[in-house]
Amino acid sequence: MNMSHGQDMNRRDFIKISSLFLAGSAAMSTQIGRTFSGTGNALAGEHAEKVVHSFCEHCFWRCGIAAHVRDGRIYKITGSEHHPLSNGKLCPRGTGGIGQIYDPDRLAHPLIRERKGGQSTYRKATWDEAITLTAEKLYQIKEKYGPQAIAMLHHGYGYTFFKEMFKSFGVNKFAKPSFDFCCGPRHQGYILTYGHSAGTPEGIDIQNSKYVIFFGTHYGENMHNTAVQEISEGIRRGLKIVVFDPRFSTLAGKAEKWLPIKAGTDIAMMQAMMNVLITENLYDKQFVEENTVGFDELWAEVREMTPEKAAEITDIPAEDIRDVARRFASFAPSAAVHPGRRTQWYADGTQRVRCIAILNALVGNYKMPGGVVKYEKYKLPKAPHHHYPEFEKEIWSQYPLFTDIKPSNTMASHEVMQQTMNDEIKAWFVYGVNVPETVTLGRKATLEAIDKVDFLVAVDTLPMEVTGYADVVLPECTYLERYDDLDGGRPYRTPFVALRQPAVEPMFDSKPGNEIARMLADKLDLHGVFEDSVEEYLDKRLKAAGSSLEEVKKTGVLLGEPTDLYRKPGEKLTFKTPSGKIELASSKMREAGFSAVPKYIKHPEAPEGYYRILTGRKPMLTFGRTANNRFLNELPTARENDIWVNPEVAKQHGLTHGEYVHLKNQAGVVSEFPIRVKVTERIRKDAVYMVHGYGHYFKKLNWAYKRGASHNQLISQTEIDKAIGAVGFQNNFVTFIKEA
Amino acid sequence: MAKQKNYGMVIDTRVCVACSACVYACKSENGVPEGYCRDWVVQETEGAYPKLRMENRSERCQHCENAPCVTYCPTGASHYAGDGTVQVNRYRCTGCKACLAACPYDARYVHPEGYVDKCSLCKHRLEQGLETACVSVCPTTSLNLVDFNEPEAKADEMMNGKEVYRQKEHAGTNPSLYWISASNKPGA
Repeated sequence: MNMSHGQDMNRRDFIKISSLFLAGSAAMSTQIGRTFSGTGNALAGEHAEKVVHSFCEHCFWRCGIAAHVRDGRIYKITGSEHHPLSNGKLCPRGTGGIGQIYDPDRLAHPLIRERKGGQSTYRKATWDEAITLTAEKLYQIKEKYGPQAIAMLHHGYGYTFFKEMFKSFGVNKFAKPSFDFCCGPRHQGYILTYGHSAGTPEGIDIQNSKYVIFFGTHYGENMHNTAVQEISEGIRRGLKIVVFDPRFSTLAGKAEKWLPIKAGTDIAMMQAMMNVLITENLYDKQFVEENTVGFDELWAEVREMTPEKAAEITDIPAEDIRDVARRFASFAPSAAVHPGRRTQWYADGTQRVRCIAILNALVGNYKMPGGVVKYEKYKLPKAPHHHYPEFEKEIWSQYPLFTDIKPSNTMASHEVMQQTMNDEIKAWFVYGVNVPETVTLGRKATLEAIDKVDFLVAVDTLPMEVTGYADVVLPECTYLERYDDLDGGRPYRTPFVALRQPAVEPMFDSKPGNEIARMLADKLDLHGVFEDSVEEYLDKRLKAAGSSLEEVKKTGVLLGEPTDLYRKPGEKLTFKTPSGKIELASSKMREAGFSAVPKYIKHPEAPEGYYRILTGRKPMLTFGRTANNRFLNELPTARENDIWVNPEVAKQHGLTHGEYVHLKNQAGVVSEFPIRVKVTERIRKDAVYMVHGYGHYFKKLNWAYKRGASHNQLISQTEIDKAIGAVGFQNNFVTFIKEA
Repeated sequence: MAKQKNYGMVIDTRVCVACSACVYACKSENGVPEGYCRDWVVQETEGAYPKLRMENRSERCQHCENAPCVTYCPTGASHYAGDGTVQVNRYRCTGCKACLAACPYDARYVHPEGYVDKCSLCKHRLEQGLETACVSVCPTTSLNLVDFNEPEAKADEMMNGKEVYRQKEHAGTNPSLYWISASNKPGA
């Protein structure tokens, strides 16, 4: 069979998906009244309610939800009282699941790209056609270039089935953009220091803590249900909060001290705090001697970073630095520095996270009430997977500390872009991630890579922009209409296994990921990848854990015994690091050719008249995933993003509150859409702030299109952390172009 | 016979993060039409950089004991329900908006179907022994449903020793919503 490579596919036009292929409001109404017959509790009376316990997919926190179904339709979603991460409570996004399942813009049918008269269009296809074409193309690319020419980019919990399918097919290139800029540095920074990750939920005993320091993380704006519950409980019990942030965040509004630190100087600040702890003998000497290595090397690095020197760098007075360090030590061990989230800002994210880990280690708060704690996982036996050939390590990430254990991802997403540009990767399988607005190399570089791909498959629920570049679009049903793999790998106070189960049956011609992956596996002649049905697979796993699918379906969770969080007197601690101790100086960093202790590196300043772009989020939205959710976007505070500008900066540029401007970055890129100016005292004069995830380009996202400005478009400058391959993009600066 | 209820709320603004979970929960619980809401959040910041203060609040009908909406309603649609709440009988309401003008808290809107609507304190849930949708969803437990007729009122326990206020008391409305000020120190 001939490859079509080099003919009609080397120029990848963007296709506007015709609304004929989307759900539409007419299609929506036909769904009302259909009931799902698979999950017991058949509807008795006319308005009898069925409650289905499952877990959320609006963010990685994955809280337990209860979907309330009446007349075959989910009319509300509440927090599951059985699930330890929700305790009956829920953030706005969780409630907003109804806006996702009933989004009239949903993808309704499989689509295949066709070329007619020099123009690309989509045609509605049957599942068999779409799966056959996908399997053929993947097979041909593998035959011609080898399995290393195929990569899967993913985000969201349904990807596991596709990963199993690909592993069995010999494909081992898996990447998720969120590793690059969010969880990567935090994960690796903690592993290098403590031998275990910071965790989700974070291992900070915050509700029992007396003093917690945050560096730029935005609790309350990032609504991680359990964490917000625990911080609130902490405040009621007397928790004191300190926030270092160039912006007066909602969390800063709860703090006894807001310190508007100059962006990019956190490492200098934390070194100065270490300097005070050591100089003034405030650190826990016994703990450090018994449980850490590298103290002398650390001291040699931080001894010069006095509070006076740090004050010049960070723009925070030396007495405030001393005061925070002293109070931190005085409340220790019931005190902690929070690891934060979205931790890659510059090229030094891993070392910045290590600074946080080191500050905690110096005060000896490990496994102490109110300090750093290590939660346990539910002992769920491994999935009964089939034996695959050893991972081909030579195709893994080129970054030495990208990962050092059996990885769930084998490379950074920007490596997929670079290998595509170098013609090493020919096919992308994109699951639930809107690549142009997500990959950290910025929009332009990503679109260039997309243009080079020979074959692109997109699995999604909505016509996100990436689906317009796909050769085949496979419409998945939402998390409320399907089973996924068990959520069983996460440590928490109460170890748990959670079940995702359908509350209603799949709408339109959409299918669950587990079924799509099975169809592909069958077509590719891969045997034994999956059990006969997903229910059988889940039942097997749960039976191995002493329960069953039938049992867990009732509450959506299987609970273990609460974790014993605290250290016993005299308990000897061990850590899974090379030295078996907490590594203040990291031996792995040293071996890989990097500084073993965190160094402060000066980051570039904004050009005259430009301001550093800081980003964050709104509590009711998860970036692209909720961008088109009408229910969540209905509130005036959700509808668009603003650019926050200090009043003095506004005066200098003649900006008034509420006016619309375009943003122009240091490379001359001008935002496609205008953005509203918010003049506020809540931000420093050298930075501006905008919420990420707005300004969508794709018109078929009827709601999201053109609302606010895209942050990703304004990324022209990126720095890669050479140790782990994470990408920082905080060295981008903008100025304002007033509307004519 | 059980003692008569006198419902209200104690709202702890120290912990509220203005996430709007209450607003969305209310909308889906009560089928509030698109473009309208029965509760809303306010984020207020005072001061000048870098000395700033913030208070976050989830606001709604204050279920006043002396409610101007009831006084000025010409049809008796707005009424005291006898459990501390103020309710609107939508079948008696003509949509004249006298109550909208009278309410000092701007808590009411005209439903697209022509009647006036507002927070009912989830009366249908209270009757089933459930908390309101906003209280039960609130991740920070800023929102607390209380019965002021409870002998050992949880309300007193929550408010003791703290700076607590009510909104627009000068209007003489005697509102049933109490606010724990954000200026209280943690653990106060």
